[in-house]
Amino acid sequence: MDWAIEVRDLTKKFDRYTAVDRLSFKVPAGKIFGFLGPNGSGKSTTIRMLCGIMRPTSGAGTVTGHDITADPEKIKQNIGYMSQKFSLYEDLTVEENLSFFGGIYGLKKQELAQRLEEVLETALLGTKRKALAGILSGGWKQRLALGCAIIHRPQLLILDEPTAGVDPVSRRVFWDILRELASLGFTILVTTHYMDEAEQCDLVAIMYQGVLEGFGSPAELKQEWQVNSLENVFIAMVERHRSLSEEVKV
Amino acid sequence: MNLNRVKHIILKEFIHILRDKPSLAIAFVMPVMMLLLFGYAVTTDINNINLVVLDQDMTSASRALIQAFQNSNYYVVTGYEMSYTGVKNEIDAGRAKAGLIIPHGYADKLSRGEQSPVQIVIDGSDPTVARTVFNSAQLLGQEKSAELRLASLDRAGLAQKIPAGIDLRPRVWYNPEMTSLRFNIPGLIGLVLQNITIILTAFALVRERERGTLEQLIVTPVKPRELIVGKLVPYIVIAIIDVALVLGIGVFWFDVPVAGSTALLLALSAIFLMSALGLGMFISTVAKTQLQAMQMAIAILLPSVLLSGFMFPREAMPKLVCFLGYVMPLTYFIEILRGIILKGLHLYQLWADVVPLTVFGVAIIALSSLRFRKRLD
Repeated sequence: MDWAIEVRDLTKKFDRYTAVDRLSFKVPAGKIFGFLGPNGSGKSTTIRMLCGIMRPTSGAGTVTGHDITADPEKIKQNIGYMSQKFSLYEDLTVEENLSFFGGIYGLKKQELAQRLEEVLETALLGTKRKALAGILSGGWKQRLALGCAIIHRPQLLILDEPTAGVDPVSRRVFWDILRELASLGFTILVTTHYMDEAEQCDLVAIMYQGVLEGFGSPAELKQEWQVNSLENVFIAMVERHRSLSEEVKV
Repeated sequence: MNLNRVKHIILKEFIHILRDKPSLAIAFVMPVMMLLLFGYAVTTDINNINLVVLDQDMTSASRALIQAFQNSNYYVVTGYEMSYTGVKNEIDAGRAKAGLIIPHGYADKLSRGEQSPVQIVIDGSDPTVARTVFNSAQLLGQEKSAELRLASLDRAGLAQKIPAGIDLRPRVWYNPEMTSLRFNIPGLIGLVLQNITIILTAFALVRERERGTLEQLIVTPVKPRELIVGKLVPYIVIAIIDVALVLGIGVFWFDVPVAGSTALLLALSAIFLMSALGLGMFISTVAKTQLQAMQMAIAILLPSVLLSGFMFPREAMPKLVCFLGYVMPLTYFIEILRGIILKGLHLYQLWADVVPLTVFGVAIIALSSLRFRKRLD
């Protein structure tokens, strides 16, 4: 099996506070992997370690086959990252943004021109290729940010809350694109607070207070918790924690 | 260093500058404006001082004295008053900077061979003007006295008995007309270049941080030095155009020719630009917002105007203040500019300024690369 992400006992401590506690999981290539958990559960810290921009306190991991502590620069070349802030250059056009990031990832002239056309098509950006990024609406900005993240054909796409603050129609269009990318062989790690999006993932991990509480396909998780939706898995999990902490108090 | 990557950063940075009107204005309008403004406003040459006259004598001798004041070109007689109060009023109101008072009996006393008092009242609130009035009036008085003495000796047939005395022959080098413009233009070129480059580069990285695009760059394989170099190159190009622009205005508009080698001037300007751009980059790595960057830039620019010797002679400063000037690259560059433009100095005569300037430039660029690396992790 070809693993896109593989982590063992990944831990990150800030002083006394443990943000991520002995995280272990494996994600096979070509899957959409949903990374869930309430705010502050350690998702972003985990993502930073996976991207190679934060060193874990202990534990190990490989992303696209490269060690996260030894080879962070190789990881950066093989992943595409998109944050919820859609960090684009607003005074550059759609095309200019795409070719800038293509250039940063080392694409040569001819390859870049070819990839540019492919991405404009995949991310449905063709009609506004000459428009400044700053005047685009939320959904378009989101797709442009995605386009910038896939311009260099990364093996793994890491999307941190890509649909936060975007209207429902744009969200659906966006997920259609994600599924198409997965069918083309991209592995996608996506964090979200929308459970309807989580249901569409091949594989889901749920984090709570820095600990991995659940891992599996949405169907497996629902069966394990004896509920009919991922939302209820999520709620059941939070409630179990609450009752556990109350028992401790008593 | 991946050159393809650097090329894309350079291209992107050029687009930023070209699409941002204020940046463009800072790059190309500000230097011209500053040079013209400073070129005309910063002058310590004082001519045409307004003079009010109270002539109580009303003789041909008193009129000759007034004429002598006017002929000196230092003074313009703005009015004749009939009383001391009138003179006071004129100076109080600022219509005159000095008053010449020739008392009654001036011509009589002169003809009797007695010393004849004349008063010059000076508005001392601006010491530069006051000093000019003081010196020129004294000189005029001495000249007039010598003339009168010579005339009376001549009448007595004793003119040839006057001892020859010293013949002091002043020769002013480099700036023979002693115009402050000639002195100011070279310094101005340095000041303008420093301001433009520091302000523009100070914003370069901070803008990315403030807009969140730096976070995106950090997850790409771009290396800190590629980013720094890619961001510096466009500003180096702008700065070189500015050097040509400012130097051109200095030579063709203000008529201050370059006495030395223009090639040397350009080469040493490049070394200075390295320091100025490095300083801007350094600010960029320290500041978190564009506002902070602006404040830091001003905190560097303002003292450099005062301490670099641009306006005030560094020789006159207290030791500690004078020493502070050595921390600023502009201090060395102004020495170099004046040396080449006014004195026509060669490289071997400029080492004392070139070496510290180079060291500063290399150090500040290295420091900002290091600081930036830390921030990326």
